Amino acid sequence: MKVAFYSGCVSKGACPELYASAMKIAEPLGLELVELTQAPCTGAGVLSEQNPEVADALNGLILAMAEEIDADLMTICSTCQGVLAGHNHDLRRDPRRMEKVNAAIADQGFYYHGTTEVKHLLWMLVEDIGLERVAAAIRRKLAGLRIAPFYGCYILRPEEYLGLRERPERKTYLERLITLLGAEPVEYRGATKCCGFPMITFNRDVSLGMAGNHLLEAKERGADLLVTPCPLCHLNLDAQQPDAARVLKKKIDVPVLHLPQLLGLAFGMRPEELRLDHHVVPTKGVLEKVELKV
Amino acid sequence: MQFTIEVGRYNPEGRYADSAIPGEPFPPPWDRAVPRRYQTYVVELPEHAVVLDALIAIREQQDESLALRCACRSAICGSCAMWINGHAQLACKSKLREFTKNGKTRVEAPPSMPVIRDLVTDMTPFWRKHARVRPWLENKPLPAGPMEEYTVPNEAMEELLQEVSCISCGACLMDCESFAVNKDFLGPQALAKAYRYVADPRDARHRTRLAELSDRHGVWDCTHCYECVQQCPKGVAPLEQILKLRRLAVEAGFTDNPGARHARAFAASVEHSGRLNELTLMPKSVGLFNVVGQLKTLPSAINMARAGKLPPLKHTKIPGVKRIRAIFERVGGRPK
Repeated sequence: MKVAFYSGCVSKGACPELYASAMKIAEPLGLELVELTQAPCTGAGVLSEQNPEVADALNGLILAMAEEIDADLMTICSTCQGVLAGHNHDLRRDPRRMEKVNAAIADQGFYYHGTTEVKHLLWMLVEDIGLERVAAAIRRKLAGLRIAPFYGCYILRPEEYLGLRERPERKTYLERLITLLGAEPVEYRGATKCCGFPMITFNRDVSLGMAGNHLLEAKERGADLLVTPCPLCHLNLDAQQPDAARVLKKKIDVPVLHLPQLLGLAFGMRPEELRLDHHVVPTKGVLEKVELKV
Repeated sequence: MQFTIEVGRYNPEGRYADSAIPGEPFPPPWDRAVPRRYQTYVVELPEHAVVLDALIAIREQQDESLALRCACRSAICGSCAMWINGHAQLACKSKLREFTKNGKTRVEAPPSMPVIRDLVTDMTPFWRKHARVRPWLENKPLPAGPMEEYTVPNEAMEELLQEVSCISCGACLMDCESFAVNKDFLGPQALAKAYRYVADPRDARHRTRLAELSDRHGVWDCTHCYECVQQCPKGVAPLEQILKLRRLAVEAGFTDNPGARHARAFAASVEHSGRLNELTLMPKSVGLFNVVGQLKTLPSAINMARAGKLPPLKHTKIPGVKRIRAIFERVGGRPK
């Protein structure tokens, strides 16, 4: 299946392991990734706050690029997903805004007709690729692992941008996948909460308190690890975890995996291929549980 | 139709999440902080009944000790906001059928606020925040003299329709994820209310308000999680009003704070390279001359470097970045 692949900035920056693992799992899933290498940042909601017209234009440009490929736009980041879906929702409903966007991108040789569908890999796995195909790619069941899902705000809210009113089951896909891979999903409140990342640069302690609380809650519910479809959540939950532990004065030590890394493990890939050695919180304990070594 | 309701009851020995446990700087999530007692009731009600119908039926027919707050029963007064299946909702607006999960509906006081008894939340923190934004109009001198009426264009009032719909039920604050760990945050309701006055052309405190709101615990304490947009029963969308306030504050020149620096550094990075420069975003937001702030971020930078996660030192531009710069130029959104 051909998809217009939007990598997002973070998978090319602080989370290269996400990009690497997403590329790895594409083949067994039968995904033909046409990467939008010239697509800019969505603005992550920050740009639309200060420069709404520019954010509209940049997102319109990304959507137009996918439209040219004539395939669904696939994201691997909850934040990119939320921002692109939000702009897409608004542009489709507001012809005047759409006209402005098209005037802004026309010089660059683009035009957006409004036909692109924006879908996170998580949704594609269930809705387009199909759980049968995912199951067929499994080479190693992740039996014995207790995994806490962590969705990330922008793949859950606001519901109307994300089609969750029509498809409320999208809020359970992570649990379904965890079960399919042979592991056990952990139920806890933090799964749908905010990791605190949007404030990490300007409200550090509050941000770390949020991340730490969710990690501790998952840990107390018996989670061996967390899995997230959002690299920004990953940064706050993994890269900032030692600092969150310091702020909360608690030991945490819970590894956090990107969704494609978890799939890759179940597909029998080696940990180095999935760059599981590039985490701040070591993934060794988890790998040993499924009898693997880094 | 039979409905099973699980009600969180008053527990005099319970600690409440609004007061952090001694030695712990942050209030932990609810179910770790408070041993709460749940009591189960079964009620017989018509299929279209709402949660409030069930609670009133329980109080009248089964257990008169159940305490709850309600008045209008039609989503106007805002008294009956409470946690239903883990999210703040108006009990009078929530159909039992839609809120039955695994055969039952769980109703309780929200964890982020102090509790008076059972389902009665102590709204003091909410009203304090509300008052702090001075939610009243402070008129500019009347343009045509003191005996004339103050006229404003219709469009200016239409802009405020969303904010004036607020019924002060507190659902947004109850589910605010920033407030959950940061009790000083002004919160979504007060900030949406503040926008209502900031955007009113008659208000004389426009700049002063923006200065106050840019200060600590104001607009920049919001974590952008959309819970308030999701929970508001009146479509006020507080987060969207907070974002408008941030923009107005930056435009008015209140930029000497980490939040505003972050927003500007972000925009500059996208304009320059087409993508986010994670390496410089943190130090630029913290403030290049804020030595203490910079040092605080150092351990995490070292951890990331050790794991091979530090973004490449040479920030690469996306191919075709000229296109992005041209769009910035054309749309006029160049960060000031």
